[in-house]
This record gives sequence, structure tokens and C-alpha cells, in this order.
Amino acid sequence: MSMPFYVAPEQQMKDKADYARKGIARGRSAVVLQYDGGILMVADNMSRTLHKISELYDRIGFAAVGRYPEFENLRLMGVRFADVRGYQYDRRDVSGRQLANIYAQTLGTVFSESLKPWEVEILVAEVGESAADDEIYRINFDGTIVDEQGFVAVGGSSEHVSNQLKDRFAADAPLATALNTATRALAHENGDERELEAGNLEVAVLERAREHRKFRRVHGRRLRTLLEEGRAGTGRAATDEPEADGGDEE
Amino acid sequence: MFEGFEGGRMPAAFMSAGTSSFTEFLGAVSPESLPGHDLPDRNAGEHMTPDATTIVALTFPGGVVLAGDRRATQGNVIANRDMDKLFRTDEFSAVAIAGSAGIGIELARLYQVELEHYEKMEGRALSLEGKANKLAQMVRGNLGMAMQGFVVVPLLIGYDERSEEGRVFSYDAVGGRYEEHRYHSIGSGSVYAKGSLKKLYRDDLSETDAVKAALESLYDAADDDSATGGPDLHRKIFPLVDVITDDGHRRVAVDEVERLATEVVEGRAAHPDGPTAPLS
Repeated sequence: MSMPFYVAPEQQMKDKADYARKGIARGRSAVVLQYDGGILMVADNMSRTLHKISELYDRIGFAAVGRYPEFENLRLMGVRFADVRGYQYDRRDVSGRQLANIYAQTLGTVFSESLKPWEVEILVAEVGESAADDEIYRINFDGTIVDEQGFVAVGGSSEHVSNQLKDRFAADAPLATALNTATRALAHENGDERELEAGNLEVAVLERAREHRKFRRVHGRRLRTLLEEGRAGTGRAATDEPEADGGDEE
Repeated sequence: MFEGFEGGRMPAAFMSAGTSSFTEFLGAVSPESLPGHDLPDRNAGEHMTPDATTIVALTFPGGVVLAGDRRATQGNVIANRDMDKLFRTDEFSAVAIAGSAGIGIELARLYQVELEHYEKMEGRALSLEGKANKLAQMVRGNLGMAMQGFVVVPLLIGYDERSEEGRVFSYDAVGGRYEEHRYHSIGSGSVYAKGSLKKLYRDDLSETDAVKAALESLYDAADDDSATGGPDLHRKIFPLVDVITDDGHRRVAVDEVERLATEVVEGRAAHPDGPTAPLS
């Protein structure tokens, strides 16, 4: 009969965390940031149908990186929770904080109780009445939850992407400029610069001014136009016109 | 609410691959929240919930109009004079109810979540046919209540993005689904409203004319059916009108309805029976 080896709990947790980190690092990143009309969500995603970014409820969006079946499971759980809550009470009674909390608790439980942790990182964003009321939460594989301000990145090299975002981020930037900031940060992901085209980007916005459901995907021609506008905007900024940054006409 | 959440886990149903239907899911995790749960045994008597009265719908090139009067009655009493019986169910559909108001409102709310839930779970909206069939099943689910006198029938309108036209579906109490062409009306004043629309409907109505025709037909319903409310100029209570086109769902602004309804009322001052159709 074989005796199981004793493994210190510290070591166990560390092994699990390493395992999860490695899994997450294999995938591409996603970013969420404020712009002048709400919240922009961008993911580096080749697939047009297996989404990393989705709608949870009227004002709440979801972005995730890591293993698809695991975060898809969390997404479905969030949609179910939000719809039941909104039906039993009122649509206004569903909040991003609640959803972030149940994700944190679920991931925390999985991390401590299961042999294999889930290799996912989740972002929950809620667009408010004004920019000051916006909420962005980041939930890690072990269930830690962070309330982020303005912008956030998740994924393998999220620190690198975050640093890129920090340099360029402006909460009152127009959509094209914010999209440019996001794509440039994602393009620098692994130190090497890649060109991100409409085909490998998944983009959605939570539009503050929109009625009912604020979530809207941005794809096709609109995405290409925005990407071009964004590039042209920074192109102008690179020359000697300081005001060109906000100069994108609608 | 979810007692099972103890221990940091949602109940298993939330995490399973399961269904994309909200009604089915709610039935599994919280059956007491479904309309018609816990039926009384015997004929519970009428008048426990007021009756919602007349709804009309008509298509025009490029869209469809839905309009409802504002009255709810309980026997001979007016229970509510500014009720809203029209429900935007998603960007391209809307439902109106006639019959037992309490049950109808719950049904419409559930249906609204049902459509949105499916869209979010599956990543794409149901086809208009799919929406119409789903509503039929839900009305059928209310049959037990209907047998006890709580009959509710919805009228579904939607813009079909595939065929690029507005469509109208009516239902009976057992869930029979019927596609209506051109125009339809349900509720206590529907006989008169339909008669009115029959004479006013043309295939080339503009959106504004279609709204006007709906208001004329509701006036005719109110004229002959005591349970249907006409435009109330003094209290500023006017019928509610929804329009769906390829731009999506829009509730017609109160000012606009007021202007058109006032025209209708003034027209009736000169001709109490309203516009007449030429004989040949």
C-alpha cells in the first residue's frame, strides 16, 4: 500500500497558482477602459463566434481570458443569475458588484477545493449614469477581486499591457482614440509588436447614452472605420498639433 | 434567495450546460416565481384581477403599429384609467395583452426576459417565428389558469428582419397561434375596432396614417364597448402606440399621440361616426 506524500498547504496553493498562471499566460489578453461615451471592451480574439466579450445585463459587460469552456461556464452562470434577479426584483436591482462577487466566490471555492484551479481571469464592467459611476472589477483565478479605476488588462502579460495603457489612457477620449490606445497596448503584448487588424479583434462597447441594453458589439465596417480614424488621430498627434488628439469629428 | 449559495458555490443548475430557456430554468431553480404557480383548487371567482381591454395592430410598408387603450375594468367598475398594456419585448418585437391583467403582465414580463435570455445565452436572437412559437407555448402553459377564468391572450407584433416586413400574430387561450395579415384586434372592443380597421386599412398607409387609423379604430371600440377607454382630453390620457420598423422598436411620443388623438376627437365632433369609406 502506498502512502500519500505530505505536501504543505503553502506548497499546494503555490503549485495551483503557478499552474493557473501558466495556463492563462498561454492565451491572449483583453482590456477594458473608459471612453467619453461609456466603456470600451477589446479582446485579441481570432474567433468570430467563440466570444471572450459578452453582455451580462442591461449595463453590465463581461470579458474573460484563459480556458474557453471554463469562462463560458462562468458567463452562463452570470447571465442566469442576473436574469433571475432582475425578474424577481427589478432590472435596476442587478449590479456589477453582485456579479463580480459571485464570480469571486465561485472562483475562490474552485481554487481552494478542486485539484485543478480554473485558468481564467474575468472582468466585469458596469456603465453608470456618469463616468464617475462606472465600475470595473477584475477577478483572478483564485477569487481575488480588485475594483479598478479607468482601465484594466487581463491575460498572460497583463502587466505589460497595463503599462502601455497607463501611458496613453484618457477617460474623456473619443471612441476611435480609446480603441487605438487599446489595440496598441494589446499589440505590444509580448514585447514584440504585431499589427492587430479588425479580423483578430473582438470589440464591444457599453454605451452610456443608449436606451435599454447598453451593450453593443462593434464589428465589420464600423470597426474598420474606427480603427482607421484612431490611427489617423494618433498620426496627427505625432506631428506638431497638440489638439489633434481629441479632433476626431463624428 | 438562492439558499444553495452557501459554501461559495451557486446551485448546480446555474453551472450546468442546461437550457437556454429562462422559463425552464426558473421552473427548475425557483418554480414559485413562475406565473400560475400554486393554482387555487376551485373556481376562484372572477374579478380578482382587472381585465385589460382593447388592443389593435396593423402593418404598413416597412413596419407595424401596435396600439392599446388605457382602461382596465373590474366588472362594471373602471379599475385603472391609465394602464400600459404594451410591452417592448426586444428590439424588434412587442407584446400587448387582453384579459386578466395581473396574469397578463406577468406573462409579458416573463416573455421579455425569455427572449433576452435566449439571445444572451446563444449569442443570437430568436427568429420571429421562433419568438411567436415560444409565446404560444407560454400561453398554453397558462391553460390551467384560463380554465378557472383567468384567460389572457397576447397579441405579438414584430419586424421580420429576414423578409423585411412587419408581422402580427394572435393567440387563443390554449396556445393556438395564428398569423394575421394586414390588421388585427383583441380584447372586449375588438369587434368594433376590427370593423373600423377593415374600412380604414389600405396597403400603402404611411407610418403616421397607420397610427391615425389605429387611433380611429380605438375610438370606435370605445364608442361601442363600455370597457374600452377613449382618448381622455381632460386628464391628458391617450392611447399608447408602439411602432417597429427596421430601425427597431419605438414608443410614439406622447405629444405626437396627443396631436393625432385630438384630431380624431375633433373630427368626431363634426362626424360622430368618423371617416366614411366610399361605396364604390
